Amino acid sequence: MQKYAFTKRFSTIVSGVLAPLAISQAILITPVLQAKDLTVGLSASITSMDPHYHNLTPNNGLLRHIFDSLIRQDFAQNLVPGLAKSWRAIDATTWEFKLRRDVRFHDGSPFTAADVAFSLKRAPSVPNSPSSFAPYVKAITEILTPDPYTVILKTASPYPLMPNDVATVLIVPAKLGEKVTTEDFNSGRAAIGTGPYKFAEYTPNQRVVLKTNFGYWSGEEPWEKVTFKILPSAPTRVAALLSGDVDFIEGVPTADLSGLSRNPKVSLSSRISNRVIYLTLDSNRQTGSPFVFDKLGKPLAKNPLTDSRVRRALSIAIDRTAIVSRVMEGSAIAAGQLLPDGGFGTSKNLRAEKQDLNMARKLLTEAGYPDGFALTLHGPAGRYINDDKIAQVVVQMWKRIGVDTKVETMPSAILFTRGSKLEFSAILVGWGSETGEASSPLRALIATFDKDKGMGTSNRGRYSNSEVDRLINAALATVEDSKRAALLAQATEIAMRDTAIVPLHFEVSNWATQRGLKYTGRSDQYTFAMDVRTVK
Amino acid sequence: MLAYTLRRLTQSVFVLFVMAVLVFLGVYAIGNPIELLVNPQADEIEKMRATVALGLDKPLYEQFMVFLKGAINGDLGRSFVFGVPALGLILSKMVATIELALCAMIIAVSIGIPLGLIAGLKPDGIVARTIMAGSIVGFSLPTFWVGLVLIMFFSVYLGWLPSNGRGETVSLLGVQVSFLTWDGLTHLFMPALNLALFKLSLLIRLTRAQTREALLQDYVKFARAKGLSQSRVIGVHVLKNIMIPIVTVIGLEFGSVIAFAIVTESIFAWPGTGKLLIDSINQLDRPVIVAYLMVIVALFIFINFAVDIIYSYLDPRVRLGQSAGAGH
Repeated sequence: MQKYAFTKRFSTIVSGVLAPLAISQAILITPVLQAKDLTVGLSASITSMDPHYHNLTPNNGLLRHIFDSLIRQDFAQNLVPGLAKSWRAIDATTWEFKLRRDVRFHDGSPFTAADVAFSLKRAPSVPNSPSSFAPYVKAITEILTPDPYTVILKTASPYPLMPNDVATVLIVPAKLGEKVTTEDFNSGRAAIGTGPYKFAEYTPNQRVVLKTNFGYWSGEEPWEKVTFKILPSAPTRVAALLSGDVDFIEGVPTADLSGLSRNPKVSLSSRISNRVIYLTLDSNRQTGSPFVFDKLGKPLAKNPLTDSRVRRALSIAIDRTAIVSRVMEGSAIAAGQLLPDGGFGTSKNLRAEKQDLNMARKLLTEAGYPDGFALTLHGPAGRYINDDKIAQVVVQMWKRIGVDTKVETMPSAILFTRGSKLEFSAILVGWGSETGEASSPLRALIATFDKDKGMGTSNRGRYSNSEVDRLINAALATVEDSKRAALLAQATEIAMRDTAIVPLHFEVSNWATQRGLKYTGRSDQYTFAMDVRTVK
Repeated sequence: MLAYTLRRLTQSVFVLFVMAVLVFLGVYAIGNPIELLVNPQADEIEKMRATVALGLDKPLYEQFMVFLKGAINGDLGRSFVFGVPALGLILSKMVATIELALCAMIIAVSIGIPLGLIAGLKPDGIVARTIMAGSIVGFSLPTFWVGLVLIMFFSVYLGWLPSNGRGETVSLLGVQVSFLTWDGLTHLFMPALNLALFKLSLLIRLTRAQTREALLQDYVKFARAKGLSQSRVIGVHVLKNIMIPIVTVIGLEFGSVIAFAIVTESIFAWPGTGKLLIDSINQLDRPVIVAYLMVIVALFIFINFAVDIIYSYLDPRVRLGQSAGAGH
């Protein structure tokens, strides 16, 4: 979800200036809710109708209306059967998927194993793809289809994440042929799936229109026609909902939540997401950390952030409950680890740290910094909900333990580019776990950076702990779920006790509908017409 | 005239080239688009693949040469994000933006000039004072705020007009336009008014100042002394003489209305080029940003050229061919 700074400014202004007007007058409007049509306001552009062209959250969410995958994720990202009735690991390197026999594509042709093989081969190799699905299929060394309703996938080494990876690949019909292009999908010619809706119209940056797929194998949808409007500006989305132009919006700005909750014409729904907002500290460079200074602004001989006591002091100096209640207007949950409680591979022993300024000062003294030091925190402007405000609040809290901090925010493109070049000492960022497993953040954020093995790809503080690495690698080779979950939890515990990163909170996603409709929110932040129902 | 046109054309090509260099370097300096485009869950192998697929592995000068070679053949590159030709993407959105800009200019001109004239003829009257006070409001209120107030009033409070988007379109000479349908007009009204407001105030003030100045001129006094009717004095003698600066401003402002309709387009979710540009900047979709700026530069050059032609028509003293160094 991309937002930009000036939109956010609008949103604050809108809520301030106009919310009272909206609330008092909303009663006068009668939104015309045609029972069979649904209009949805989306917050980000859909860049293609080709399900394998661009691995981007808004695309993946929308295209699941047209296409199905073998395995689905439910609203809390648990794996549930999709086009595959069942799946199992025959041995450590062989996975078997049994397919449904009653499924047809939108053009009437039956769905078989050949379509799965075709889709898995096409997914990594779409020309000009800015972000492909190659990472999800690269473990597969061989695809076998012994009969039309069985698919067998072979891997070189044990690969427990196969079901999670397969769940990301949407299935297109094999008869499209290898020459099918992204343009063919955009024009609708090739946009043939097995999903609950059929393609009707795609206008980039403007709208996507879908028609219901009568006879859908998993139950017909109540909406005959669904129109997705692209409304990136948050106040525009809210105004469209209030005026009845759309029935349902995603990404409700936190500043408008309290106003909308008092509006009798609107229903809100929310769900905790798997996106953790956290701070990365430059924890591996002994000297020369670019934005750590002594109190006079001179470079320090030794980088204090390598000391885990300093990192913990910075963590417990933060009042997470204040961030959640004040900055996020209650629309977040304080974080003590990488995924919300109950997620796969989370630890039951970890809680969000409570603010303890005395303890923090004591830790700094023990580490040899009784008077603190100076630091600059870098963060994005407009990438995550209220990101710039969160950075400001953290800085104020750090000042209270003598760490004089400045904050500098910038567009996320610059932040990520410079962050990956290790040009910062402390960064505020977020991570959404696509698989819903702790292996995703552990592998990307905590594991020692190793370009060739694909470990620590977003580890911009270069935290490194051989014990944690050993546990992560063991987990990634353990197919049995309960054992893997235990290994991941153990790795998380060690990393969090060592303050590998400073988790702040998990974002809560918000949706709003006209009254008379209800939406079941999803932790992966997808917006599904399939989950909108009328209230009886 | 021909020599003049040729010289203008050479200048234009040079301006376009300089612009291309500046924009290319500027966008290159912002950051690496791969960091934004590639899914954060992806590994280095995938990042490398995408870098090669989008041609970002080549050194900057080579990327620029590829762009230049394509540009000469009318190909401004392929959008990183949408995977379609950037120029085609922009032109498909340009119709909506031009439609919006034209409507805004029509509103501004058809209301602004008469009101300015009234305010200029009787500068101390209550009507003139009201008009001038109104123009200050139009001048000083920020566009996005006015846009939001319009939406809250007409869409949310009254429920008369749709709050966002472009209405039903019909084909006119092969172009999809929305101003010929009722649904289209209802969608068009608020964004056009919002965009027009600033220009409207500008035109009121400009026309008023010009009118007051013209009324003091000898030719107006003579015309009056000759016993010409008030409508002829104002309609022919005053109006025609004050039009030159006004046409210049309208021309320049029309360009800026197209180029900077971004805020209005964002608030009203108007599917034009401004909205496309903002999204492209956010995603560092370099080909679209570069192509957009190229199109806008070309547009400004064209508008200035058209303004020069209109000058020569309005003021016979201006002769394009001869007044070589004068430059307008």
